[in-house]
Amino acid sequence: MTDTVLSDSGLARDIDPGIREGVGPPAHAPGPPVIAPFSIVPVRGLPIVAAILIGLIVAISTNSLWALTFFHVGGGGLWTSIDLFLGLIIGPILGGMSVQARVEFTIRFMPKMLLIMPTLVAMTLGAGFQLARHLGNLDTAYPHHGWLVTSYVIVGVMAVIALGLLEPANLAVLFELKKPRPNGERIGRLMKVFIYTAGITGVMQIATIVIMTFLASR
Amino acid sequence: MTTAAETMPPGAGSDEADLRQHDLPPTARLGALTLAMTVAGGVVMAAEYGRHPSLWVPIALAAAAGAVLIVNVALLARMKTFAWTAFFRVLGWALLAYFVIAGILEFVFVFDHTPAHQLALFSVLLFLFATDVPLILAFSVARWQLPPEAV
Repeated sequence: MTDTVLSDSGLARDIDPGIREGVGPPAHAPGPPVIAPFSIVPVRGLPIVAAILIGLIVAISTNSLWALTFFHVGGGGLWTSIDLFLGLIIGPILGGMSVQARVEFTIRFMPKMLLIMPTLVAMTLGAGFQLARHLGNLDTAYPHHGWLVTSYVIVGVMAVIALGLLEPANLAVLFELKKPRPNGERIGRLMKVFIYTAGITGVMQIATIVIMTFLASR
Repeated sequence: MTTAAETMPPGAGSDEADLRQHDLPPTARLGALTLAMTVAGGVVMAAEYGRHPSLWVPIALAAAAGAVLIVNVALLARMKTFAWTAFFRVLGWALLAYFVIAGILEFVFVFDHTPAHQLALFSVLLFLFATDVPLILAFSVARWQLPPEAV
């Protein structure tokens, strides 16, 4: 069953029973959700990302121990926390929310993640590599070099999961929601991939934290 | 626990974009394979950083990753009916973003006076990374968009 409404161009178009854009009942009423206009890339966040990346470059080029530690620990802590919070807390909550609430959350949350996560990854890895080099931890003669290599492997697996599954699912959901007739079933599938992979990388992050705190305490 | 897929409205169920999935090349899987080999090459190199190690393993991984990437692009380029507008729109912005990230990492290696052979190999791996991830992202979006001919 489909409803027919007038689009911006004045032409009638079919709307899926699951999701309607621009028209629909109030959020509390049952029925198809309304999708408000949204931007896939939050442009207002770009200057903040640029400032963080410039700060990272300055930290690396000055070899400031404090700045490198700040970017590495701050970035890594946020990366882990967001992944765990998303996968273990937000994911299950989101699964139990109404469709309207879930759509509203998604169109506000996912664009921000598109900027936040790559920035945190660049901060953590860029500053981390330089910090390890600065402290001499990269040297193969370093007594706990094996632990460091183990953390590389964990981060490598996380990177493949995050960039090969999580980010593509994030982007595909946003583009699906931009369609005149979004496919609710597909959005559900992609969101599941996003939430589960975020949870998996979050759990793997715990292993990284164990290794990093072990190394920092030696 | 109720999952998102169980409570999400079915929408149109399988639509035309779903039906077209069978015609698409395995770009996402090949892209993930390229990424895995690139990352593995980076891990091997980082594990030996500061020494004068044999570079054969990372060179082999980089060569294999490059070959898979070329095959991947060639298979995708053969697609006649594909949402190329959406693909190139995402590809362009993603290339910009990932070359910035790769550029920062390259800067670290140059700044640290990484030996020439290792630097060259790191650069190749970063190039593969910055090219492959946007390819995966662009394909992941375009595969669910209908090409103009189908609209």
